[in-house]
Amino acid sequence: MLPTVPADSVGLVTPQTLCFEEPLALDCGRTLAGYELIYETYGTLNATRSNAVLICHALSSDHHAAGYHAADERKPGWWDTAIGPGKPIDTRHFFVVCCNNLGGCKGSTGPNTINPETSRLYGPDFPIVTVKDWVKSQARLADRLGIQTWAAVIGGSLGGMQAMQWAIDFPERIRHAVVIAAAPRLSAQNIAFNEVARQAILSDPEFYEGRYYEHGVIPRRGLMLARMLGHITYLSDEGMRAKFGRELREGKLNFSFGSEFQVESYLRYQGNAFVEWFDANTYLLMTKTLDYFDPAADFDQDLAAAFRRAQARFLVVAFTSDWRFSPARSREIVKALVDAGRDVSYIEIEAEHGHDAFLMPIPRYLEVFSAYLQRVAWEVHTGAG
Amino acid sequence: MRADLEIISEWIRIGSRVLDLGCGDGTLLAYLRDQRAVSGYGLEINEVKIIKCIQAGVNVIHMDLEAGLSDFEDRSFDYVIMTQTLQAVQHTEKLLDEMLRVGREGIVTFPNFGYWRCRFQLAVGGYMPVVKILPHEWYNTPNIHLFTIRDFETLCRRKGIAILQRMVVDYAHRSSLGLRLFPNLLGELALYRLGRA
Repeated sequence: MLPTVPADSVGLVTPQTLCFEEPLALDCGRTLAGYELIYETYGTLNATRSNAVLICHALSSDHHAAGYHAADERKPGWWDTAIGPGKPIDTRHFFVVCCNNLGGCKGSTGPNTINPETSRLYGPDFPIVTVKDWVKSQARLADRLGIQTWAAVIGGSLGGMQAMQWAIDFPERIRHAVVIAAAPRLSAQNIAFNEVARQAILSDPEFYEGRYYEHGVIPRRGLMLARMLGHITYLSDEGMRAKFGRELREGKLNFSFGSEFQVESYLRYQGNAFVEWFDANTYLLMTKTLDYFDPAADFDQDLAAAFRRAQARFLVVAFTSDWRFSPARSREIVKALVDAGRDVSYIEIEAEHGHDAFLMPIPRYLEVFSAYLQRVAWEVHTGAG
Repeated sequence: MRADLEIISEWIRIGSRVLDLGCGDGTLLAYLRDQRAVSGYGLEINEVKIIKCIQAGVNVIHMDLEAGLSDFEDRSFDYVIMTQTLQAVQHTEKLLDEMLRVGREGIVTFPNFGYWRCRFQLAVGGYMPVVKILPHEWYNTPNIHLFTIRDFETLCRRKGIAILQRMVVDYAHRSSLGLRLFPNLLGELALYRLGRA
């Protein structure tokens, strides 16, 4: 083990890419002739292929969920708090798979990859994909990896929505769904925030209707604003108060529009950094994917009817200070699951981190997460469940 | 196995759907799952107990009973169970109503405050009773609604709740001739199966 890598880390990981030749019919009516998915795996697939766990990522994350790409990498994968030996998603027991979703910008086919039909970058021509499309593409990834059934599909936020969709669309292929800080569909307020983020990008003069790559620029200001806005919705009022308060960077008011309060400087920093590693077209797509998610829509607006198809057992987790997808939204999911007679456990974790809490090492949260997955691992081991 | 759980288990039809209010560490639900093939959920407010339920593979929902059962549909469970919880809630009457709205039948167990030692301690000793089944002092007890078997049956009559089955036992959950003759005097724990009259 490299000296810089902690013992409970999956260590150095290398992404892999699979090419899918079979066309994928999308919800929007269009078809992707072929596509690539980049993914990472941690742990070992057992002989009966029964210990595979799929991690679904949220809006701005990717396939790099745990471990390090290089020994000198500053930060590990985005869910390193939860994935690794001895962690809730214990890689000593599970074979963990995480892919960058279609439309992403980290190596899977998306707006910043070449459209074979035109030999140009897709840009705005990349179709708007839905959670159902993603789940379908992930099912093909499972096929190729020789995984018939996931021991669990796990995700936070938009990732949790994918876990729900998996349970509805492929009931025989998922034993457990872990749905964290999610919602059964977006509220008008959620969509409103997404719309402001999109308008920030779309109205940036350097957006060039999504063809900014060809102009050698990026809609930096728009994407930055979108991210700043997003960040506010990821944090809670109490969390921001605790972290920044009204602290001034220079200890006094300057009567200027510079970044004076610590919170301003934080948001600007986050926005600026984001622009360097995320693609504006992907951001637009992912917010649409969120807006469109509505599994009840196919069942006469009856979420319980959707869940009646599912066979998986569910763990639903919410965080008290999350106002983006509040505990009330998780309870809607739980209610529908109870009405459908599905197995579900639900816990509301006390946390001041807002929506971002699902990524945080909150002891009670990790304890619940571990307890649930230890049970899953036990089922895998004994063949029970 | 706690004897009261065994008694409850015998009252429950195999394969039924159960809601356990204040399910604790999930002992009853795990027992009913294993013995009677029941499915269902426990409601619990304590996070440490919730984790114990999860470890036992019991469905548990984090919820405050005082907020009511509005998330549950009418008659959506065969049984709604409340073991030694009724005396510890604020809205006792409302919760009883909710039980029999959500469940076709309700099963309730509670410590009998009419037990002779309680009466003796209060009447002769002049202090709030502390007995095995009610082990707390008045200043630290979670039991805020203490009542007797007679009180409970009066309430049931008034509310039109049918008593379908009753069992009164001592602390070791045994019955006896004496208990059958003088339940409100000798009984420590009362178990009821209830329905809508």
